[in-house]
Amino acid sequence: MNMKNKSLISINDFCKEEYLQILDLATYFEKNPNQKILEGFVVATLFFEPSTRTRLSFESAVNRLGGRVIGFSDAALSSTTKGESLADTIRTVSNYADLIVMRHPIEGSARWASQVASVPIINAGDGSNQHPTQCLLDLFTIRQTQGTLDNLDIAFVGDLKYGRTIHSNVIALSHFNTTFHLVSPEELKLPSAVKMHIKSNNLQYFQYTDLEEVIPKVDIIYMTRIQRERFADPIEYERVKNSYTLTKKMLEGSRENLKILHPLPRVNEISVDVDLDPRAYYFKQALNGVYIRQALIASILGLA
Amino acid sequence: MKPESRKKLIVSAIQNGTVIDHIPSHAVIQVMRILNLIQTDHQVLFGMNLDSKKYGNKGIIKIRDKFFDDVEINKIALVAPTATLIEIRDFEVISKKQAEIPDIVEGIVKCFNPKCITNYEQVRTRFRVIDKQNLRLLCHYCEKITKNENIEFI
Repeated sequence: MNMKNKSLISINDFCKEEYLQILDLATYFEKNPNQKILEGFVVATLFFEPSTRTRLSFESAVNRLGGRVIGFSDAALSSTTKGESLADTIRTVSNYADLIVMRHPIEGSARWASQVASVPIINAGDGSNQHPTQCLLDLFTIRQTQGTLDNLDIAFVGDLKYGRTIHSNVIALSHFNTTFHLVSPEELKLPSAVKMHIKSNNLQYFQYTDLEEVIPKVDIIYMTRIQRERFADPIEYERVKNSYTLTKKMLEGSRENLKILHPLPRVNEISVDVDLDPRAYYFKQALNGVYIRQALIASILGLA
Repeated sequence: MKPESRKKLIVSAIQNGTVIDHIPSHAVIQVMRILNLIQTDHQVLFGMNLDSKKYGNKGIIKIRDKFFDDVEINKIALVAPTATLIEIRDFEVISKKQAEIPDIVEGIVKCFNPKCITNYEQVRTRFRVIDKQNLRLLCHYCEKITKNENIEFI
């Protein structure tokens, strides 16, 4: 695949071979994270809404490759506050950078930006729509921990209805003969369109409301945060919140190769007593974000 | 003139041009807008709430000296799926075509997702028709589906 000068907007724009090529390149950067291939290049990071991991891992990726970063980390620091349209901001910044990384709260904003920009765009999250670099780093992490992406049992836990990360991961993993174990409260089940996608790939999924039941059956547990505002009844939220807190004790009887992932930030879905367990992998997962982003930036700038 | 001919000529005949027949009455203005007939220099005649044997009630548009290609014709299929396009040359019917739902719908339907960029900035909407039977449109930008019952025309 030649990604040179192409924007990266949605996980739906990729095929299986393309995922694997990016993952292989990220493995190369994992072994060689510091090299000056981006010398003379400027990358703009335009974050119209706040982020810690995504922005810093992009900036770390560029810095480790010897490039320079310009940009802002809050829309309040940009001309958006003066009423400037996204299209105008993007056209302007296209003059100052070789590549634009953007996060924006409006869905479809990254696709729109890629149509008006004169340089490639990497979507670092457009509202609840897409966050393709998160999905790729999750695939990278799963492969890193299991040695393969094929034929795995993967549990997704939490808000399966609104979680964009989960929808993208299910779609991407459908290329790899995954069996999906879906753990959520009744109100937050995976949308039927995503379940239809699983079925149309002749794959199996199982739905649960009890987290403990699924632990012995899987190779990966992917935890996500349940947000209070999704519930009409606050009592119902309190009940659900506590039932989806993963503790070290619950991990007794798990498979030996089990690893626990979380896109972070975590609130109370994973008890801190799990952090030092060898099965906890979420902070390493966050580190992998740097290698995946190095692989993407280098490919798009034609340097890999 | 026989009474039947008189009935047919409620909207007068044209020598050359296109007749769009069997339009649902409520969609006539929308069809004119989609085909850019509001600001055209061509002579346009139209009628609404006319008698139709097939549908009970129909609308019709006649455009003098103007012919449409298939891409233009198909744009009206979403608002007027029953419409027939009749090409007239020298008062004779040359061809009759049915509008077909296109693969891509651009600039005529609003995205149902209130958080879509097309509802915030001046972006021409664009959808891929993923189900022609039940009419389900996938937004090129926010990737959400607008279903038949939620379709709103711009």
